[in-house]
Amino acid sequence: MSVLTVKNLGISFGGLRAVDNFDISIENDELVGLIGPNGAGKTTIFNLLTGVYIPTDGDILINNKSTLGKKPNEIVMLGSSRTFQNIRLFKNMTVLDNIKIAYHNRMSYGLFGSIFKTKKYRLEENKAVQIASELLDVFGLDMYKNDLAKNLPYGKQRKLEIARALATNPKILLLDEPAAGMNPQETEELMETIKLLKKQFDISILLIEHDMRLVMGICERIVVIDYGKIIAKGNPEAIRTNPDVIKAYLGE
Amino acid sequence: MDKLKQLHKTLVNNKFINYTVVFFIFIILFLLINSGVINRYLSNLIIMILIMIVMATSLNIATGFLGQLHLGHAAFMGIGAYTAGIIGIALQDVIASDLLLFLVATFGAMITAGFAGFLVGTPALRLRGDYLGIMTLGFGEIVRTVITNLKSITNGAQGLSGIPRIMTFPIAFWTTVIVVTLIFLFMNSRHGRAIISIREDEIASESVGINITRYKLLGFILASMFAGVGGSMFAFKESFLAPISFNFIKSVEIFVIVVLGGMGSLSGSIIAAIVLVFLPEYLRDFNQYRYLLYSSVLIIIMLYRPQGLMGTKEINFIKIKTWIKSKYTKVFLKGSD
Ligand SMILES: Nc1ncnc2c1ncn2[C@@H]1O[C@H](COP(=O)(O)OP(=O)(O)OP(=O)(O)O)[C@@H](O)[C@H]1O
Ligand SMILES: [Mg+2]
Repeated sequence: MSVLTVKNLGISFGGLRAVDNFDISIENDELVGLIGPNGAGKTTIFNLLTGVYIPTDGDILINNKSTLGKKPNEIVMLGSSRTFQNIRLFKNMTVLDNIKIAYHNRMSYGLFGSIFKTKKYRLEENKAVQIASELLDVFGLDMYKNDLAKNLPYGKQRKLEIARALATNPKILLLDEPAAGMNPQETEELMETIKLLKKQFDISILLIEHDMRLVMGICERIVVIDYGKIIAKGNPEAIRTNPDVIKAYLGE
Repeated sequence: MDKLKQLHKTLVNNKFINYTVVFFIFIILFLLINSGVINRYLSNLIIMILIMIVMATSLNIATGFLGQLHLGHAAFMGIGAYTAGIIGIALQDVIASDLLLFLVATFGAMITAGFAGFLVGTPALRLRGDYLGIMTLGFGEIVRTVITNLKSITNGAQGLSGIPRIMTFPIAFWTTVIVVTLIFLFMNSRHGRAIISIREDEIASESVGINITRYKLLGFILASMFAGVGGSMFAFKESFLAPISFNFIKSVEIFVIVVLGGMGSLSGSIIAAIVLVFLPEYLRDFNQYRYLLYSSVLIIIMLYRPQGLMGTKEINFIKIKTWIKSKYTKVFLKGSD
């Protein structure tokens, strides 16, 4: 079953056609790479998929439900979740609270429960701490859980952001340059983590990345865009040797 | 003896120690006031501090926790004060109990101030930063002008007089304790977390499923409702209300307390309220330089400690107790060898 279907997606900023006629369909458990030169429109596509931007054309289906007219927080509930090119953590909150925010909609106690610390409050809060700790454990972050997010080393901040995205219980995870700014060893570690979480959480992943070793190493399928348009699709081997792709990256 | 030990255990037991400390502060102040050691002037000042604590902790919801620049908080205090004052005048012969009268009037004040918060919150959601600051400032001045011109209800610029002077230290104290506790408990729930996450990063907050529109509005409404409580306390303390009491300067005064204490720290707001209300009173001759003091404090804080006295931390007597204990144990161990 297709987790994400995008048909004829497009957006213009004034005269700039940042994304044009973009199509993609991602199946359950797939790991797809989205690559392209700087300014190609990759992040813009993520912003369209998550409702940060409203498309001028086309439709987006997540689990067969259209995201059109929905706000970002409603689109998450359909089953897609993302990380950001420039890390966006809740810096002055603890690592644990960063994850617990993502459980917000899975809890149901109200204002009354907050104030009187009802049984429901305690049950839901305790449960949230427990599953958050388990999740942090998968990422090797459990021992940092009472630290402020801003005090984590860079590589761990990236991981925490992925963990937070996973905590919303998505069917598809959108990762925007997760390896950006990482050293080779951290990148290696990240590759392992991505492989592991795909297996463990039974999710699809759409990955934007400039690190070709990472992209070629873990993606099953790659889509290449340039100037907002798809210029190639295929398996890593086909993409590596595609003349259009080489031209886009190296210039004429 | 066992029972006494049991009681001691319950009182300094981790869960209750904060309440125990608050209770002792109350008892001490209460005895000092009742025995006349603290004179009338000083006890009035203490009530004023309590009111400012309510105002600062409530503004902290919108400014400290939600992270929105709000420069019109005094207007909501004014709306609450006038509502409570009018209810107080109307019902003083109907309701015999002062406490009950205060509660009824405060309830009314919370509703009108909360509704005003809803009205401001709705357009305010579209603005951020300086723009929001200017909008809330403008709203504050509008409220003041409306109060001045609604002569038939508020008696205009001449002021509303004849409000029963029923504010006592115990009522003010426990009202403040309740307000601060409610805000604290609220901030430590999933709803409070959602509000803090908006301050930290709106886009990220939305991306994990937080309805930021709803929580911004909730933050504004709660801040306004509790400002209404502060207004009600003020009305029954002063017995006379004039629109000028709720002007822009008052909003800035509350704002400075929040910034000095630390945006997002309730204990910080409490400490800063005590300092900033006491200081100008204490330096009586200095009083005319009050505004100079506020602006200097603001500038100094911004330069040297932008996170405020407390940052986002809270004073917790459990931690203090553990700290004292560890100190004593060390001393004890040293002494024994
Ligand atoms: N809000 C916006 N308003 C105007 N132009 C925009 C906006 N967002 C993106 N663009 C433009 O759209 C184009 C695509 O930008 P985008 O950020 O999607 O590139 P990208 O492929 O993610 O690049 P990079 O690899 O550098 O992150 C750029 O020319 C950018 O300037
Ligand atoms: Mg990008």
